[in-house]
Amino acid sequence: MSDKVKAAIIGPGNIGTDLLVKAMRSEVIQPVWMVGVDADSPGLARASDMGLKTTAEGVDGMLPTMAEDGVQVCFDATSAYVHAENSRKVNAQGAVMIDLTPAAIGPFCVPPVNLNEAVAAKAMNVNMVTCGGQATIPMVAAVSRIQSVSYGEIVATVSSKSAGPGTRKNIDEFTRTTASGIEKVGGAKSGKAIIVINPAEPPLIMRDTIHCLTVDEPDQAAITESVHEMLIEVQKYVPGYVLKNGPVFDGNRVSIYMEVEGLGDFLPKYAGNLDIMTAAGLRTAEMYAQEILAGTFVPSMV
Amino acid sequence: MDLTGKRITIHDMCLRDGMHPKQHQITVEQMVKIAKAMDDAGIPMIEVTHGDGLGGASVNYGFPAASDEEYLTAVCKAVTNTKVSALLLPGIGTVDHLKMAVDCGISSIRVATHCTEADVAEQHLTMAAKYPDLDTVGFLMMAHMIGPEELVQQLKMLEGFGANCVYITDSAGYMLPDDVIERVALARAELRPETELGFHGHHNLAMGVANSLAAVDAGANRIDGSLAGLGAGAGNTPLEVFIAVCDRMGVETGIDLFKAMDIAEDLVVPLMDHIVRVDRDALTLGYAGVYSSFLLFAKRSADKYGLSSRDILVELGRRRTVGGQEDMIEDLALDMAKARDAV
Repeated sequence: MSDKVKAAIIGPGNIGTDLLVKAMRSEVIQPVWMVGVDADSPGLARASDMGLKTTAEGVDGMLPTMAEDGVQVCFDATSAYVHAENSRKVNAQGAVMIDLTPAAIGPFCVPPVNLNEAVAAKAMNVNMVTCGGQATIPMVAAVSRIQSVSYGEIVATVSSKSAGPGTRKNIDEFTRTTASGIEKVGGAKSGKAIIVINPAEPPLIMRDTIHCLTVDEPDQAAITESVHEMLIEVQKYVPGYVLKNGPVFDGNRVSIYMEVEGLGDFLPKYAGNLDIMTAAGLRTAEMYAQEILAGTFVPSMV
Repeated sequence: MDLTGKRITIHDMCLRDGMHPKQHQITVEQMVKIAKAMDDAGIPMIEVTHGDGLGGASVNYGFPAASDEEYLTAVCKAVTNTKVSALLLPGIGTVDHLKMAVDCGISSIRVATHCTEADVAEQHLTMAAKYPDLDTVGFLMMAHMIGPEELVQQLKMLEGFGANCVYITDSAGYMLPDDVIERVALARAELRPETELGFHGHHNLAMGVANSLAAVDAGANRIDGSLAGLGAGAGNTPLEVFIAVCDRMGVETGIDLFKAMDIAEDLVVPLMDHIVRVDRDALTLGYAGVYSSFLLFAKRSADKYGLSSRDILVELGRRRTVGGQEDMIEDLALDMAKARDAV
C-alpha cells in the first residue's frame, strides 16, 4: 500500500519480533525488512513467513536494496555495542533510526512527554531510553510539570524471564541511561534509577515505583490530577499501564506505584517492560510516518 | 564436630549491614572509632558501605549520614592491618562506584546478586578482577530460595567472572544447619580448590552461630558476622559469641576475644537505636524467609496504615520478594489497607 511508510526492523529477537507483530497492525507503518545475523534465527524465519524480506548478513545485507525498497524508518532492537554503526549505515541511506537499545546517541524520546518535540526537531536518530524509563519518566514529568522536582528516583522490578542477556551483561547502561532520561525528559534536577530482577514463578508483572522530591510542599490536588491525566496518555498505546497506588504524599516526597502489563502480542503479558518499549518505539515511528506522509518531513541522507 | 586447627577469616559487618538498623545514620566519626578498635582487636576484614551497598543512597533505601566516599576514605585511612571491603549490588551501584571505592583504598569488593541472577555481576566482577591486589568476591543473596545444585551453578558463574572468593548468603536468616551444610559442602566439592568460600548468616532464628559452625565444618573459610550482631533483621551472626565458640573449639581466628567483647559492649551496643534482637518481626523474617532489611520498612508501613507488620512480612514472603524490593512494602501496605477498608 502506498499510503504507508516502509520500515525495517534490525534484530529478530523477542523485542524485534514483538515490534513486528505490533507494526503489522499499524495504519501508517509497513514492515518490509527483518535484519538478523544468524541464519537459523527463528525470528528471521517468522518474519519471512509474514512476507518480509530477510537477511542474516546484518545491516549490510539490506543496504544495497534498502533505498529501492523504500525503507524510510528503521528500528534497532540489537544492542548498544553495535547501534552506532547500524545507525550510521541506515542514515546514509536516508532512513530515520528509532533506537531501542540503551546506546542513546540520539535525543531521548518518551512519547507522552516529548514525542512532538522529538519529531519537530526532525532528528535522524531518536532513542527510546530504556524499558524502565518508558514506564516511569511520564510520571516524573507529570509531577515536574506541576512544580519543581529536585530529585526523581525510580525502581523498576522485572521478572527474570523478561531480562534478556543484553540487559544482564550491561546492567549499568540501564541505570545510567534511565537516570539521564529522568533528568532530561522527566524534568527532575537529578535522577536515579534502580533495577531489581525477580525470578518468582509465575513471573511477576513489571512493577515500577516513582519517587519525586519536590522543592516546595507538593500541591497534592494538582499533582494527583496531573498523574491521572498522564496515565490516560500512556494507556493510549500501553493499555496495561496501571496506577496501583498513590500518589502518596509524605512531606516533600511524592510516591507513585505502577504496574505494566503487556499486550501479549509476542512476548508474554508479564513482560510489560519489553512491551512498553516496542509500543513506544512504534508510536514514535508512526508520528514520523505521519509527517513523512503529509510531506512535512523528508528524511534525507546523512 | 571437630574443627580443631581450622583457620578462618572473620569479616565484620557492623559498618555495612549494621547501617540497616541505624537507618544508615552511623556517622563518619563513629565508624572511624569502631574501625580503629576492630583493627586493634585483630579483626582481619570489615565492610563499610551504605547498607544496600555502593550507590544505595536513595529514597527507596534511605539516605545515609555521609556519602560512601566519605565513609570509605576516612575508615581506610584509620586502619593499619584490617582490610576494608565495600559491597556493590548491580542494579543499584555501577562500575563507576567500584572505581571510586578502589580509589578510596578498599582491599576487597563484594558484588552481590539474588541467588538466581549471578550473570548480572559479570560487568562488575570482570572489572574488579583486573585490579591486581583487589580481593574480588561474588555474593549470592537469599541462598535458601534455591537448592544446592542450582546454587552451585550460579556460584561457578561468579568464579568464571573472576571472583577469587564466593559467598553463600542467608539474607533471610531462614536456613537451618543442614541447609547450610548441604550447600557449602557441594560448593566446596565443585568449586576450584583455590576459590575461597564464605557464609553470611542472619540471626532471625537464632541460628547465626550454629549455621556458621556448620559452614566451617562443611568447608567454608570466611565467615561474616557483626559485633553485638549489629545488622539487618535480628542482626548478623553475633561475632563476639562466635569468636568465643571458635576459641573453645580450637578454630583459629587470630582475634583477641576480650577486645572484641569490649567493642561489642562499649562501642556497638550504645550505638543502637533499638536493641537488635529476635523480636516478633525479626522472627517472622526468619520463619517466612524474607529479606532481613525489610524489617524497619514493614514496621513503618504497619504504623502508618494501621496494619500488623507480621502480616505484611508474611505476605512479602508468600510473594517471593527478593532483596532490593523495599518499594513493594508501602505498595503492599496500601493494598492491604484498601482490602481491610472495603470489608
